Amino acid sequence: MEALTRIASAGARAAAAAGEFTAAEAKANAAAQMAGLAYGLAAIGPGVGIGMIFGKAIEAMARQPESAGMVRTTMFLGVAFTEALALIGFVAFILLKFA
Amino acid sequence: MHATELAIAVAVRLESLRPAADQSNGFSFPPINTILRWKDVVPGINKVVLIGIAAALIGTVVFLLALRQDGRKAPRGVRNLAEIVVEFVERNIIMETMGRSGLGWTPFLLSMFVFIFICNIPGIIPFIQMPATARMGLPAFLALMVWVVFNATGIKHQGLFGYFKNVLFPPGVPKALYILVTPIELISTLVVRPFSLAVRLFANMLAGHLLLVIFALLTASLIQAQTNQFLLVPVGLLPFALLMFLTAFEILVAFLQAYIFTVLTAVYIGGATHPEH
Repeated sequence: MEALTRIASAGARAAAAAGEFTAAEAKANAAAQMAGLAYGLAAIGPGVGIGMIFGKAIEAMARQPESAGMVRTTMFLGVAFTEALALIGFVAFILLKFA
Repeated sequence: MHATELAIAVAVRLESLRPAADQSNGFSFPPINTILRWKDVVPGINKVVLIGIAAALIGTVVFLLALRQDGRKAPRGVRNLAEIVVEFVERNIIMETMGRSGLGWTPFLLSMFVFIFICNIPGIIPFIQMPATARMGLPAFLALMVWVVFNATGIKHQGLFGYFKNVLFPPGVPKALYILVTPIELISTLVVRPFSLAVRLFANMLAGHLLLVIFALLTASLIQAQTNQFLLVPVGLLPFALLMFLTAFEILVAFLQAYIFTVLTAVYIGGATHPEH
């Protein structure tokens, strides 16, 4: 992660040194390049997590269809908590890219 | 070090290519402010605020109209809709999370659910196409309100001391673990809960809105392509198909986010009313 940040900032410095951008513009470019990576990393864990939650919920509903209502509510709660991590990554993406 | 220099070279090369790409009739994403920021109609009131006001008015009017009918006769028209929504909130949100004793919270949770849903759904209504919850103000205020309500409920039912004792020192944990558990519980209950509640609603609606914008722009730019028209114009149907699918998907998301926000509110209030022993 640190190496990637160094590469991005070094690239920004090089572009600034070449006179193509001002330092602020180069920094914004580097941030925009890191934004996609940040969101991609943030999406890995929640992706696995949501898959597991839905899989287990389907298993539970298939085994005991009469408890489907309770399982569904709890499943959406779990999905909401897991999804929040990916969404915070998305907000970080928006902030890096546009702010 | 060698890898770093290589990466710099690649980055510089990519940067030097960029202006050339911009000069052609390529696809470029507009700045975020042209998508999300609207001109004020009256100072302080823009499109998002108008949608919020309309959502509050529509919800109130629908339920007042439903109230005017005689409850002993078979429901007609708008009362059918209102009864479906009330029953949904009572059965699928309150009974599943708080149980029978939580039914007194129906008015609060019902108005919250209806308001959030009507704020979300303009995201896919043609010519409006902006969910009011895709700006941070509304979700942040709602989450702050929920924070105040569930803390006040906890203090009312358990007393100031009892509530914070149950939050900070959850029973059934070995004594030594409190060093670890107490700070985590303090942060997760008082900071992370409202934050994640607001960010979840906001980010979901913003992400959906941006997806729709991206595929609409892609469709438009492919269909209006100036070069390679025989190839690019038919290909433009693909993002259009995905746009249609995503629009249908956004209905689901609008409903699901209103549902999740309300369920979590119910869980927090239920947890504050009846602590685990």
